[in-house]
Amino acid sequence: MFELIGVTPQALFGQLLLGLINGSFYAMLSLGLAIIFGLLNIINFTHGAQYMMGAFVAWMLLKFLGLNYWWALILAPVIVGATGVLIERFLISRLYNLDHLYGLLLTFGLALIIQGVFRNQYGSSGLPYEIPEILQGGHNLGFMFLPNYRGWVVVFSLVVCIATWLVIEKTRLGAYLRAATENATLVGAFGVNVPRLITLTYGFGVGLAALAGVLAAPIYSVNPNMGADLIIVVFAVVVIGGMGSILGSILTGFGLGLVEGLTKVFYPEAAATVIFIIMVIVLLIKPAGLFGRTA
Amino acid sequence: MLIKRILLVTAALMTATAAHSETAVKIGVLTDMSGTYSDLAGPGSVWAANKAVKDFGAAAKGMKVEVISADHQNKGDIASGIARRWYDTENVNVVVDLVTSSTALAVNEVAKEKNKVALVSGAASSEITGGKCNANTLHWTYDTYSLANGTGNAIVKTGGDSWFFVTADYAFGQALERDTSAVVTANGGKVLGSVKHPFPAQDFSSYLLQAQGSGAKIIGLANAGADTTNAIKQASEFGIVQAGQNLAGLLVFITDVHALGLKTAQGLIFTEAWYWDMNDANRAFAKEYAAANNGKYPTMVHAGVYSSVMHYLKAVEALKSAGDGGAIVAKMKEMPTEDALFGKGSVREDGRKIHDMYLFEVKKPDESKAPWDYYKLRATIPAAEAWRPLAQSTCSLVKK
Repeated sequence: MFELIGVTPQALFGQLLLGLINGSFYAMLSLGLAIIFGLLNIINFTHGAQYMMGAFVAWMLLKFLGLNYWWALILAPVIVGATGVLIERFLISRLYNLDHLYGLLLTFGLALIIQGVFRNQYGSSGLPYEIPEILQGGHNLGFMFLPNYRGWVVVFSLVVCIATWLVIEKTRLGAYLRAATENATLVGAFGVNVPRLITLTYGFGVGLAALAGVLAAPIYSVNPNMGADLIIVVFAVVVIGGMGSILGSILTGFGLGLVEGLTKVFYPEAAATVIFIIMVIVLLIKPAGLFGRTA
Repeated sequence: MLIKRILLVTAALMTATAAHSETAVKIGVLTDMSGTYSDLAGPGSVWAANKAVKDFGAAAKGMKVEVISADHQNKGDIASGIARRWYDTENVNVVVDLVTSSTALAVNEVAKEKNKVALVSGAASSEITGGKCNANTLHWTYDTYSLANGTGNAIVKTGGDSWFFVTADYAFGQALERDTSAVVTANGGKVLGSVKHPFPAQDFSSYLLQAQGSGAKIIGLANAGADTTNAIKQASEFGIVQAGQNLAGLLVFITDVHALGLKTAQGLIFTEAWYWDMNDANRAFAKEYAAANNGKYPTMVHAGVYSSVMHYLKAVEALKSAGDGGAIVAKMKEMPTEDALFGKGSVREDGRKIHDMYLFEVKKPDESKAPWDYYKLRATIPAAEAWRPLAQSTCSLVKK
């Protein structure tokens, strides 16, 4: 069967696994976007820049404070998340009464400013960041050589995604969050501090982006454009999954990673476009996205 | 009202005569100011152009030179749009740098149409002085032929005789793959295949896995900038070099080596036209450059911008006018070139600037004594051997 499609099983399994690894980045980023959109109704275009900030904070922690990757994994999301809290409190919160478009323009502008500042300071060619020692090396799986670090990325992001989904679906806090998404006024009337809930949610979504940035730092070069290149794809992932759908964004993230991986085997030139082709088809057939509810 | 108008006209006439007494030149640096190539060209190229104007001593020679710049975002259509506007309405005489082959190939058409000048430093495609050459364009620093010739030759001769290419899917990557394949096969090597990746790309693991599967001894990276650094970084992650295959970075800049760090980059062999630590003039240029550019060091593209602007100004000085682009380019070909960074050289009838090229190897971490001390010289490729022979040229300007 494999001879028929002109690809060896080794190559095919290898590419599927790589697709899964890339998919885990898509999943983590689109999860953050979906949470933010679900509660704030803001399309957070700063997400790519915040992912980049996560990688840069990891680099700075190592360079200036000597704190290694594991510290960065905890601290970078907190630090970048805190900047997210400030952005929500002082800027985004002023736009809730206005059209969606204003939020989009604000976050898009912020992304350009943040990327410009980093580019001005650190240039565009990137900074080196080493893979932590215990995750260096890899295993030969027979069909491919799997670097330990990539294996770690898949497992870790799966855990983060599932944990986030459980918090939102199964806990009291998650119930408040979902209720506030449905009807913020009513939830406020029950004594829940909705503005604070919104602020923290934005901070959490941003923290997820930064966490993905830390995970990416040892694989890709840490450079100011790393988020700008990725964010458009991640938006397509969110749109395909259904705006605001938590589970949808996770499943679509991993799924599209796989599709992209396969495209790189059969027709690599289209690897950058295949996700958008799927987006067009999904929008034509199911405008609310694969997992979205029609409003 | 009438008096006011007369005064205005007189004032305008006076400025016009004042401007006429000295030769006015406007240089447009068209480059990647914000994207993946902005470190190896970008704002540094603008600095280099200004530095050339200053060192030339334009003011003392009665020339009024202005340098402006714009971001072409590595897109051919944006580049030709800006060049058209510059040439048509903003009196720009010469467009320099043009990093990214797609932008260079777009702007050289515009320069020809408007009879202005394009001096390419950042772009690589050998088509610029090949099938797409014209009498208004010069290609200054390096090209895909010279890279392939330098690096390809050196590697095939040391036993790297089977190749697989990972190629950026646009004019530059395709030209680099084509020129390197030709060198490999001419030396008795084999090309086992290639994979084209979108430009720019982040994740190269899929392509590297395909390269690994090919069993080729050498994986040729026909890409540049962050694409190359990401590919090299990920190749080391996937244990490709440890498993016995070798990487050939076909176009590597010092900013890429800096981004990789010596630990990952050590041992890489590649061809360049210029390195800051080769003589006192280069070191002085680099020191001044670093002071003005956040401590970064100049690439060969920056040096090329400097050298090309210098030679252009000499030609304008000789002709006493920057108006006729074709005449200036003809003059530039006629005059021998000489400047602090590239020494003596010449410009060929097909528009190719001729100078020595160098084969460098990246130092091991313990060999590097100072910041940006990254290269050791493996070989000098003399000017006579570095470039595509005119006999093989497809350029219509070459008389055969």
